[in-house]
Amino acid sequence: MSHATEKEQAALAAVAEQVLQLAKAQGASAAEAAVSEESGLSVNVRLGEVETIEFNKDKGLGITVYFGQRKGTASSADFSSAALEDAVRAACSIATFTAEDPYAGLADAERMATEIPDLDLYYPWDLTPEAAIAQAKVCEDAARSYDAKISNSEGASLSSHAGTRVYANSHGFIGSYSTSRHSISCSVIAEDEKGMQRDYWYSVARDGKDLEAAVEVGKKTAARTLQRLGGRRIDTCKVPVLFAADVAGSLVSHMITAIRGGNLYRESSFLLNKLGEQIFPEFVHIHERPHMKKELGSAPYDSEGVATYARDLVRDGVLQGYVLDSYSARKLKMESTGNAGGVHNVLIEPGELDQQGLLREMGTGLLVTELLGMGVNTVTGDYSRGAAGFWVENGVIAYPVDEITIASNLSDMFMQLQAVGSDVDYRSNIKCGSLLIDAMTVAGT
Amino acid sequence: MNLPIEASIDSVQSALLAPNGLEMDDLERVLASIMQHDVDYADLYFQASRFESWALEDGIVTDGVHSVEQGVGARAVSGEKSGFAYSDEIALPALQAAAVAARAIARQGQDKRIKAWARTEGHALYLPADPLGSLGDRAKVELLELLDREARKLDPRVKQVNASLAGGYDIVLLAATDGTHAADVRPLVRLNVSVIVEQDGRREQGSSGGGSRRDYQYFMDNDALLARDYAKEAVRQALVNLEAQAAPAGTMSVVLGSGWPGVLLHEAIGHGLEGDFNRKGTSAFSGRVGERVGSELCTVVDDGTLEHRRGSLNIDDEGVPTENTVLIEKGVLKGYMQDKLNARLMGVASTGNGRRESYAHLPMPRMTNTYMLPGQHAPEEIIASVKNGLYAVNFGGGQVDITSGKFVFSASEAYMIEDGKVTYPVKGATLIGNGPDVLQRVSMVGNDLALDAGVGTCGKEGQSVPVGVGQPTLLVDGLTVGGTNV
Repeated sequence: MSHATEKEQAALAAVAEQVLQLAKAQGASAAEAAVSEESGLSVNVRLGEVETIEFNKDKGLGITVYFGQRKGTASSADFSSAALEDAVRAACSIATFTAEDPYAGLADAERMATEIPDLDLYYPWDLTPEAAIAQAKVCEDAARSYDAKISNSEGASLSSHAGTRVYANSHGFIGSYSTSRHSISCSVIAEDEKGMQRDYWYSVARDGKDLEAAVEVGKKTAARTLQRLGGRRIDTCKVPVLFAADVAGSLVSHMITAIRGGNLYRESSFLLNKLGEQIFPEFVHIHERPHMKKELGSAPYDSEGVATYARDLVRDGVLQGYVLDSYSARKLKMESTGNAGGVHNVLIEPGELDQQGLLREMGTGLLVTELLGMGVNTVTGDYSRGAAGFWVENGVIAYPVDEITIASNLSDMFMQLQAVGSDVDYRSNIKCGSLLIDAMTVAGT
Repeated sequence: MNLPIEASIDSVQSALLAPNGLEMDDLERVLASIMQHDVDYADLYFQASRFESWALEDGIVTDGVHSVEQGVGARAVSGEKSGFAYSDEIALPALQAAAVAARAIARQGQDKRIKAWARTEGHALYLPADPLGSLGDRAKVELLELLDREARKLDPRVKQVNASLAGGYDIVLLAATDGTHAADVRPLVRLNVSVIVEQDGRREQGSSGGGSRRDYQYFMDNDALLARDYAKEAVRQALVNLEAQAAPAGTMSVVLGSGWPGVLLHEAIGHGLEGDFNRKGTSAFSGRVGERVGSELCTVVDDGTLEHRRGSLNIDDEGVPTENTVLIEKGVLKGYMQDKLNARLMGVASTGNGRRESYAHLPMPRMTNTYMLPGQHAPEEIIASVKNGLYAVNFGGGQVDITSGKFVFSASEAYMIEDGKVTYPVKGATLIGNGPDVLQRVSMVGNDLALDAGVGTCGKEGQSVPVGVGQPTLLVDGLTVGGTNV
């Protein structure tokens, strides 16, 4: 790690320690602070010309104080001593009005991470605006020159961000690490006599060198957009549905939402009391792997300082654990799972078949490549979303489809999972291949 | 109410500039330094905000959050290009650095003059007061506790109540090379409640809430009548959902209720009429001004000038007073919503729709309060005219693909209509349609225009801004309903 980074971490750590001191001086029995700083650059090029250059530089502090079982929180973007004092005072004032909550408090001291493994998350990129613009131009050019039907563009973007986070609490825990995140994306429009269609593609990585080549991102964007031309509706029916890998992860994220502590103790989850029960067919295994090197979801400890660890969420289709922070764990009379702030790299174990293979297995049905809207009810599991994709006959794509909805209930969809693809999309925190669901209602004409 | 606008600019300046040792002359010099490059326009946007929220669950207020933020954004525009940088320090060196970064969008060029300051006469749609101090913290906690008690006493099947109270106070100052010198002080409050009900092992939720550009007294007046109504409404919705059966799948007549269902207009029409997409030719509505895009019954406006409304602004985030802009008049497309950049490139005037999430974001054309004007029919007549269809009363969120025009929005409360009568509730279903097509299918418009209760937040390119929607009861002949029941 560079000298500059160490200095930045030390400066942020000093702010965190100062805030904890102030909280103590104000009489708080416990306190925790998160301090972060991030800077970056984003450029967007459209029709071969620069459209925007944005320079980002953000910092922030969050402080939570406890007076016994009463809690108050404040945040500030100003690190001057006066502003830090104001923030602590505001948090302490709030704590005089909130109620005694027997479950409030820091995570248990013995759960604090004692070692902070280097997860290889920090690759700052010395990227000039000129170099970023050049790459974005290559990307957009590749998309626009791909086919004459590519008629317009929303442009190509390159962005590069890096920053440092410090978390400290009155158990004496203090941890810091730096991360980077770079991405390239493109979106173009294709047109024929029936109208316009738009699609996009992107690549994201901790290390700029791991990004997909700009030309490839451009070509994929164009190919995806062209495929959608001539999209039509289909008759209302009940058919098997294959979720392409880049949208299939959303189904796993609905499961994660339903097993989050907050939704469980509020009894607002369709997976309430399902621990130890079959929620998927036996062939399904879902893991959480927080310490994967260079991955976007990796973290050495959670946002309460609790050490993260590898575990199974689902084994042989059976739910093995919930997603808990210390507060929800206490409410549920369980232990924190190191998930304050969310999950860290969820992997659904891939199967044998790629998307082509799964299309053949499906035979006739719908391949979904885009989902629209928010029609997911976590309380009941009811699922109804707008969709676009392709009608598939005898394992072969027949024509593009849009302006339809797909509906079912997530509990049923999970149990009716037929296969998991080998085509894992590693770009997000949830790493998932294509998912084939036995049958859903498709609403169209 | 009518604080002189002069006093408002002065008071904002004394809050944002003076404590940081800045004067308008400094701003002029910074803008002039940007204009040393080949730049058409530049602006500085100063902002200071305070925000708080209080949350209740399991009968007690368990957490409160207070946050403060301030900063300045510097933007340089050259042709279609924008350079942008910001700082969370309001100080001359930081401002100068941001200006140097922003002007890098254009080459060094001739030194263009900046126009003399002209103070913008904005509206006076809300009081320039800080809502956070309008109610004691104890009383805020008690308001949430009241909601909890109200909801629970309404029905023994209520198992969970979550409620939150939030207030924000935003002061902004604009200085631009076109002479714009404007300020605004923006209060915003919001109260929300959601409940879970349970019966025979089945659980359903309901939620309600509202907000306004006022202070917390809005919820407290008449013995907290409004707050109690939110609790009642959340419980009512949840109990309706306990009885709901599977929704139908397929294309059918849909009656949309008044008020919040106006989210249809926001998604299906509104986004597609934002100036940026139309300047670039990427909207399904591009190049269609003067064409018929709806039935004669449809007149749709975007109106940022309504008093106290969540989507209203005295000036937009480029210092232009908001307007009541007619988007569609009797079915004919009249114009788009514009910010300064897109207006200039399209050769029209800004409509006061330039908005940004904060100083750290670039402005773009955004909606304010978007709604359809009322028609002739009583809502009962509209329902009675439908042989078989869906009556959708409440919605969650929606989304649109502005290029293909496809939009969706999800019902959270809906009923079947059979032989002109509302019969039984059905589970939330997503409705999907095509923006340029859906208004052509509007065959009846109610006389019951209502605006939403003040809870809307719109997301575009990662930026969130508060908005309003509204409409009278509408009959749409043929929308696709995404239920499970074939």
